[in-house]
Amino acid sequence: MAVVVAVAAAPLLSWTQRQRFRLLFGVHIAVPDGLAERPGLRGMVPWLLSAAGRRQLRYHFLAGPLIVLGGTLTLACWVVGAAAATVYLWIWVTPTHWRIDSPGYATKAAYVTVAGVALLYGTGWFAKALARVDTAAARTLLGPSREEQLARRVTDLADSRASVIDAADAERRRIERDLHDGAQQRLVALAVNLGLAKATLGDLSDEARAVIDDAHREAKEAITELGNLVRGLHPAVLEDRGLDAALSGIAARLPVPVRVAVDLPHRPPPTIEAVAYFVVSEALTNVVKHARATRAEVTVEQVGGTLLAVVTDDGVGGAELSTELGAGHGAGHGAEAGAASRGTGMAGLAKRVASVDGTLSCHSPVGGPTVITVELPCVP
Amino acid sequence: MRAVIAEDSVLLRVGVVKVLEAAGFDVCAEVGDAAGLLAAVDEHRPDIAVTDVRMPPGFSDEGVRAALLIRSQHPETAVLLLSQYVEERYAADLLSAYTAGVGYLLKQRVADVEEFAEAARRVAAGGTALDPQVVAQLLVRRHSDPLDRLTPRERVVLELMASGRSNTGIAAELVVSDGAVSKHINNIFAKLDLPRADADHRRVLAVLRFLGVAEQ
Repeated sequence: MAVVVAVAAAPLLSWTQRQRFRLLFGVHIAVPDGLAERPGLRGMVPWLLSAAGRRQLRYHFLAGPLIVLGGTLTLACWVVGAAAATVYLWIWVTPTHWRIDSPGYATKAAYVTVAGVALLYGTGWFAKALARVDTAAARTLLGPSREEQLARRVTDLADSRASVIDAADAERRRIERDLHDGAQQRLVALAVNLGLAKATLGDLSDEARAVIDDAHREAKEAITELGNLVRGLHPAVLEDRGLDAALSGIAARLPVPVRVAVDLPHRPPPTIEAVAYFVVSEALTNVVKHARATRAEVTVEQVGGTLLAVVTDDGVGGAELSTELGAGHGAGHGAEAGAASRGTGMAGLAKRVASVDGTLSCHSPVGGPTVITVELPCVP
Repeated sequence: MRAVIAEDSVLLRVGVVKVLEAAGFDVCAEVGDAAGLLAAVDEHRPDIAVTDVRMPPGFSDEGVRAALLIRSQHPETAVLLLSQYVEERYAADLLSAYTAGVGYLLKQRVADVEEFAEAARRVAAGGTALDPQVVAQLLVRRHSDPLDRLTPRERVVLELMASGRSNTGIAAELVVSDGAVSKHINNIFAKLDLPRADADHRRVLAVLRFLGVAEQ
């Protein structure tokens, strides 16, 4: 019966103990994951069945009594120590005829005093050690286990990394929008006005016409350049229409024929979509820059919880994905890859993929063909 | 010919108005968003509505949706979409529903005043004007295998055809005779197993169907 009551009171006991540690030692002991701080009657069975619940019981049944015993012992030591250390005081308090009965009491009393002082000193140490053992025991038994703490830490880190990545993505989108709605529009307006000037001002000198022509051409080139820059950041069409539309847009602008096949049952999360877009577009840029390919192919599909993107080209091969990604020594793509592309190309892609727990692999024997496979987590 | 214009950037709107007026259009309304455009079309019944793709309040594809509405509610009004970036998806939305009286061009094409005026007139008259970039995108993505049968010259002719040019227009662009262009076009139709058609936009329709935009 007593055991049943004790078990039923265990959660309350745990709570009391946590409060004790907070108030006495300033030690915060977290409630283990998945446990209510004070479960009701219905929560008792799962509480008892859980590993953390059983750990708490162990504290209350084993560590608790032992520590109470330790505490009592300490208290006894303080009392005895205090009494022994003040033995000379006692001597004067006790009636004279008692003292006379035990000869040599002065020497004995001196020994007892020394022993008392030593005991007081030792008890201090003992109490401190006991408190430390108690705290450690409570931490391990009442709080979350080491694995739970690590798991919690991993979750926290994954969350904070995800929010950093999302923030970067949002920033890219903002910059894209600002450039798109600001600078780009102004440039287009400028080009339109220069075009109008060219078309409507008939009585211009050849010199003036040449100047306007140049300005007109420059403005149009600037628009194209800015457009490419904006696309590299985060193309608006990716947000509106998804990967298929965005990737076929890049493919159309490449000098090499590229075949794009995107087969996704639904839109992946925006961050995954952005990473997939970035990686495929960079891989295609590499194909054009280094691979000497005559054609390339992109397939994107979903296999279970994975978004699988494969970029293939029939170029010269020899692209390397360095194993030391952290050191940033990725090799460029293709036999012609110069020093400039080293450390950025493939390693950069792999880092971007790794930022969302994806993997990138590259199969590129010298002589080609090159196959780059990207796997990104994409929970359906 | 009467036109209404929807464009949220005032600078650019003024430019487009000037270009269209120089091209002989009578601009009866200029507005800044899709709702305004629909109201203006209802009111003025213009020959052509020129609209930006991305407009307030959502800044995504309001212009495309407005264009589809206009074509369905006022079949006599042609629509010409202008976009900062050209995506064949937006064009496909439009072209899969309507193959005549629609156009889709990059904004910067407005700067080439004569060409833009020509395209606007063509669309207002019930023709088609597609940006070369859209056509390139369509060619890249769809059915690329049968296209391999075309010679590079025929490919260029197909692209110009798909963008809405007439034989004369293509001949002028490529600096060849009309006869040479017809020969190329006949070769293309033969290679792609397409039936002959007389009107210009029927030809574009055939090309677009082949490209996969207007699949039936």
